[in-house]
Amino acid sequence: MSKAFKLHHRQYHTLKERALHPFQARTYDLLQAVDNISVEIAAGEFFGIIGRNGSGKSTLLKCLAGIYDIDTGQLDVRGRLSPFIELGVGFNLDLTARDNVILNAIMLGLTRKQARARFDDIIAFAELEDFVDMRLKNYSSGMSVRLAFSVAIQVDADILLIDEVLAVGDANFQQKCFDEFLRLKKEGRTILFVTHDMGAIQRFCDRAMLLEKGRMVAIGDPTDVSHRYNELNFGRSVQELGDDRSVDDRRAEYRDADILDAWFEDASGKRVTAIAHREQCTIGIEVRFNAALENPVFGATLRNTGGATVFATTTEYDYGPTGQFAAGETTVVRLRFETWFTTSGYAVTPTVVRAGLGSDTIDLRADLAAIVVHGGRFTTGVVDVPHEFEIERR
Amino acid sequence: MSVQDHAEVHRYGPSAFGDNLRRFFSLTYTLASTDFKLTYFGSILGYVWSLMRPLLFFGVLYYVFTEIFHVGTGVPFYSVELLLAIILWTFFLQATSGAVQSMLGREGLLRKMRFPRLVVPLAITLTALFQLTTNMIPIFGLAIASGITPKVSWLELIPVIILLAILASGIGMLLSVLYVRARDIAPIWEVTSQLLFYASPIIYPVFYYNHHVLKYYGKNCVFNSLRDVYLNVVTQKPCAVSAVPVGNNLHLHFIGHFLMTNPIAALIAQARHALVGGGEGVNPSAAFALGGWEYAMIPLGIIAVVFVLGVAVFHHEAPRISENL
Repeated sequence: MSKAFKLHHRQYHTLKERALHPFQARTYDLLQAVDNISVEIAAGEFFGIIGRNGSGKSTLLKCLAGIYDIDTGQLDVRGRLSPFIELGVGFNLDLTARDNVILNAIMLGLTRKQARARFDDIIAFAELEDFVDMRLKNYSSGMSVRLAFSVAIQVDADILLIDEVLAVGDANFQQKCFDEFLRLKKEGRTILFVTHDMGAIQRFCDRAMLLEKGRMVAIGDPTDVSHRYNELNFGRSVQELGDDRSVDDRRAEYRDADILDAWFEDASGKRVTAIAHREQCTIGIEVRFNAALENPVFGATLRNTGGATVFATTTEYDYGPTGQFAAGETTVVRLRFETWFTTSGYAVTPTVVRAGLGSDTIDLRADLAAIVVHGGRFTTGVVDVPHEFEIERR
Repeated sequence: MSVQDHAEVHRYGPSAFGDNLRRFFSLTYTLASTDFKLTYFGSILGYVWSLMRPLLFFGVLYYVFTEIFHVGTGVPFYSVELLLAIILWTFFLQATSGAVQSMLGREGLLRKMRFPRLVVPLAITLTALFQLTTNMIPIFGLAIASGITPKVSWLELIPVIILLAILASGIGMLLSVLYVRARDIAPIWEVTSQLLFYASPIIYPVFYYNHHVLKYYGKNCVFNSLRDVYLNVVTQKPCAVSAVPVGNNLHLHFIGHFLMTNPIAALIAQARHALVGGGEGVNPSAAFALGGWEYAMIPLGIIAVVFVLGVAVFHHEAPRISENL
């Protein structure tokens, strides 16, 4: 199926404007929000949809929810569907929780009788028994989201569409939601889940799909697909860094030594922009000397996307004196290490420093090259060093 | 995309009616009753306030057109006729003006749920209909207090109101869906409805439509009261004031007949005929004022065409409302 939006160059919102510009060509760009995606999701599957902002995830979900009409293709939905999209948006703030619950449940497909029968369960799940007859405008945002979630989960839908709604609740409520989703999955319900949280994708989903610019880039095992997502996400940073490098005006200045280039290599010596966790990695730094130098110190600092320095070293620590370099000479310095970093993007800042006590930097090129580490486990740490547990009972 | 591909498109998107008519009506009723409750039972004075608007309007008009302009002087039961017309008009205006921005008002629901889109403007008409029902009480009260004895013809008000509701919902569908595309529908409808108000026999009786009145009234004649105008109309003599008894037949000419083809004019005339009566001369039935039953088909036809057009345009636009908003 496909879905496009017309982006008018000049959008006329009134008849007056249309009447005043009758001959103006109504030009527009076509934004192909969902581009020829074909997927079959089996009953009982927990299916993840991931992608960067603007990749078409939410549009796809809204098409599935029957809120947007599709342009081409076929869309079959078997069974009742409950959307968890912008929870609580449909609530009327002047009505009490009771009226809102009944109204929302009917909107979601229950009959009035069924809605009344479910009412107590809905309120109980939301833990709002004491506030049933309070108007919604006096509710906190957390309370109304809980209420909306409760309604959506209690309507006995066969298919649940979940669009990042869990970002709003506190940790406790999020856990409760996930538990509920897993319980429903066990009951054979189908769940479609849109998120940026790769951890959740890997923990809960049977299958996942990666969208980029409206197209399906990858589908299958959630771990593989979330790795592709990380590559895609941090791969863009590599490109951006590349652009920055060319406009570096410090190149014009005269220095005793210039760092010409830096890059990452894998174990075979091939230049790479992505590498798997625990693989051998090499940073290459190319330096040209404009003057004769004795024992310059070469160094490199790795920072992750959060800007935290995760690794820094120089030849001073272990290598020792680097030797004599003549003017006009070009040298490649290689730094080998094992990739113990967790999944993220990393950028290297190479340095050349004059020997001696003072930190007399000859050249420093911030974030000159970047790499994405993938394949690691998702931990909250910046490194995942080889480790083992031992449990001794006494 | 070939034509054949297009035929294979299997849609799941939103539509005007949805796939279950029972759910459609249940939703319309739920939205309308919730809105009704919200507006009129939200505060203790809710019902009083809801009546206040048409009653105050009535009070002002009654004073102006009996004491200052003498439009109503001499018309039997002018107060009942005025109140009836104002309450019917209030219903029509509430249903149509309310529909204009109804889609915007329900944006939250439209953007997150799949439900029949037509429910939104129809619920507005239904809410107005609920209010009309409660507003009928003071009309009957005033009629009985004025000395009109309840009669079987009062039941004719039911089909009249149903026809008015069909007209209002047809216009409501058109306005609500056109507003999504063109925001100046709101001021356009404001002006149009004003025009309709003065073009319909609301503050004046039907026989004002007579072209003699249109031609001479205020120009070269001085009338003391509407009774004079009326008598003048009946006798077909401009400016002559004579003692012809009330109750003679009314003669409308082409312009009068033409103005009667306005469905609101026809329905209000019919409603007055049913509630107040008093013979074809005072309160002609719509068919009589139009010049015969065959001409009554014109306003009925307009109502049908507006309704069908409303449904058709709405049906066409329904799938894209949520993205065009």
